[in-house]
Amino acid sequence: MMVLTLVFIGVSVLLYVLLGGADFGAGIMEIFTGKKGMNVISKAIAPVWEANHIWIIVVIVILFNAFPEVYSTVTLYLHIPLMLVLIGIIFRGTAFAFRYYDPFQDRSHRVYTFMFKLFSLFTPFFLGVTLGAVIMGNMTTDDTLSFYDRFVAPWLNIFPASLGIFLIFLFSYLAAVYLIGEATDDESRKQFSRYSVRLLFALVISGAVVFITAHINGLHLLNMYVHSWISIACAVLATVLLPVFFYGMKKGLKNLMRIIAGAQTAAIIIGWFGIQFPVLVALNNTDSLTVFNSVAPSKTILMMIIALIVGLAFVIPLLLYLFRVFKFSKGEEI
Amino acid sequence: MNNFLAARYQMAISLIFHIVYAAIGMTMPFFMFVAEYKWIKSGKEIYLDLAKAWSKGVAIFFAIGAVSGTVLSFELGLLWPEFMKHAGPIIGMPFSWEGAAFFTEAIALGLFLYGWKRLNKWVHLGSGLLIGIAGVASGFFVIAANGWMNSPEGFDWINGQAYNIDPVDAMFNAAWISQSTHMVFAAFAATGFGVAGLHAMLLLRGEYPEFHRRAYKIALSFGAVAALIMPISGDLSAKNVAKRQPEKLAAMESLFKTQEKAPLLIGGIPNEETQEVKLAVKIPGLLSFMAYGDFKAEVKGLDEFPRDEWPPVLLTHISFQLMVLIGFIMAAIAIAFFLFSLRWKKLLEKPLWLKILVFATPLGFLAIETGWMVTELGRQPWIIYRIMRTEEALTSMPGIIYPLLVISAIYLLLTFLSVFLMQRQIKYIHKQVKKIES
Repeated sequence: MMVLTLVFIGVSVLLYVLLGGADFGAGIMEIFTGKKGMNVISKAIAPVWEANHIWIIVVIVILFNAFPEVYSTVTLYLHIPLMLVLIGIIFRGTAFAFRYYDPFQDRSHRVYTFMFKLFSLFTPFFLGVTLGAVIMGNMTTDDTLSFYDRFVAPWLNIFPASLGIFLIFLFSYLAAVYLIGEATDDESRKQFSRYSVRLLFALVISGAVVFITAHINGLHLLNMYVHSWISIACAVLATVLLPVFFYGMKKGLKNLMRIIAGAQTAAIIIGWFGIQFPVLVALNNTDSLTVFNSVAPSKTILMMIIALIVGLAFVIPLLLYLFRVFKFSKGEEI
Repeated sequence: MNNFLAARYQMAISLIFHIVYAAIGMTMPFFMFVAEYKWIKSGKEIYLDLAKAWSKGVAIFFAIGAVSGTVLSFELGLLWPEFMKHAGPIIGMPFSWEGAAFFTEAIALGLFLYGWKRLNKWVHLGSGLLIGIAGVASGFFVIAANGWMNSPEGFDWINGQAYNIDPVDAMFNAAWISQSTHMVFAAFAATGFGVAGLHAMLLLRGEYPEFHRRAYKIALSFGAVAALIMPISGDLSAKNVAKRQPEKLAAMESLFKTQEKAPLLIGGIPNEETQEVKLAVKIPGLLSFMAYGDFKAEVKGLDEFPRDEWPPVLLTHISFQLMVLIGFIMAAIAIAFFLFSLRWKKLLEKPLWLKILVFATPLGFLAIETGWMVTELGRQPWIIYRIMRTEEALTSMPGIIYPLLVISAIYLLLTFLSVFLMQRQIKYIHKQVKKIES
């Protein structure tokens, strides 16, 4: 059952990144593409964005169900970056909805678009910062320490920040790849192809920076990486897929490119799980929270898994239908 | 302001905000479903326009409800980590079901909003119905978690730890069904009256009458049926509370002393210090009857409970009185609506009647808010009734006043913005109509 729980978390995180992440990325892409790209982007995400962002709620619910102490520790010590993520989620989501549903094109639209772009950048950055803090393990349960040591130091550092930047590139890379297939004319298709190549390079470089900043912050990520065969396999896979990606781009095989980008993302996430396992949240003054010592009683896990299986048996076919209607069919304009 | 108070305010403001959008998001899809159904059946374009206009409202409210709901799923931990550490594994199950239902709702909404041209009309209509059903289901599930806080079951509490956790028992707690039912009908009543009031206002202004007349009748039909069910569901809720949380009932009715033939209070301002209630109309025996079905039954007063376990009497009492008062006003309007519809159809368009509806626009939401005040304040000082005090659950991070200020400012802004956006939508519809007419 533990394995199933971890699979559910892993899959939900992956889907959140692939769908919700690309949705953030699409907002970031708008910064570069101007008015024309904006149209493609807006139409591409409108029917699916609500659904795409629900994966994070699934992740959260699984966490407080199955690993309650992980949830309560993270929300306690990473209150500040999480609050910033939430502010980002509120402004980004409402700005997008307002932009879509405000029928009058005037100054207010400029405000919505500005907010949408700004918080499309802001939110994944702080999501990365939060994640970085969880990995870095500078959180302490020692309550005699100062406010700064307890609630700021765990996340205010270069490694979490570089992970934030990495996420921005990852999300925009995914978006650029998906948008190649959404574009309706050759020019925008080429434009998105160019962006996806540049972003891929940026992603690789920012990935390297993550390892360097980790080292500076005293986290020997590389060392941990080479000690996990899963992580090595994932790194090899992601690298091997690079030439395939360029082949797909040359031949204009949009779905192949999407699959490659998805597989690379999966490799990054599984590689990260490989490094972390079995630790979920590292703490610096006491035993870290692992999948073994923080897991909820088996009856809770069983009931959660039943709910997830039954729920997803409903949701997945519907979701596939939604994507089929809006993403994989050439129908009338929406 | 101390941290504890700031955290409570932040939670209250987040819930007060979210519940409005959630209530609209889960019930209004049914209105647009009916409008679309009427369009398919009658072929009258005006119903299609109506379904589309409403769907835009639903989209905006749903988006705000979804983001504020996401915020809440984090806030539970950000503000009350100790609570979630213990409660998570016990009440996680209804949250899982809620998640699945909410997911379904979001997908169906995507299909409905953007599928006008791509879906077969019956499939499209079905997606509209699915939004509503999934929305109501998600509301139903999430209230199971709140019900558990009022009626904690499904675990043994030993030395501050939960053992023998049974999430199924916890979900099927004694408070769940009465609370959920009450809330679901409340959402229908509030949204029905709210939407009807808005269209009544536009009717009074004389713009596009055929449209607004049809709109208000559909909305009010839902609202009125729900408003008539509310007193019954409320009565069942009160009996349920009397059994499970006697001190909450005592605070609702400001009953300081245990007594037989306990009176029902109408209005009144209780004073916790002197244990007196001023300016109240007392109806002897009625509280006993309401709680236990017997005019002579003994009802427990606050004197049965230690002073430090009393809920805040004044606020709980006033909230309860307001909620009940509103409930009766709405039920009266509902009865009038059905009478007029059956016998005096002409009255349904009289300005006075429309003005009454305009007056009633916010009433249902006010009743929802005050009703939740009763539920939440009436449970204090506990976060998990008689298990964990709210203070014990508080985060140890100081300075919660800052997130409180930020969240309050954001929600205030969004409230203004959603009103602004509604106005623009309405203006747009009228502009379109004028264009067609000329």
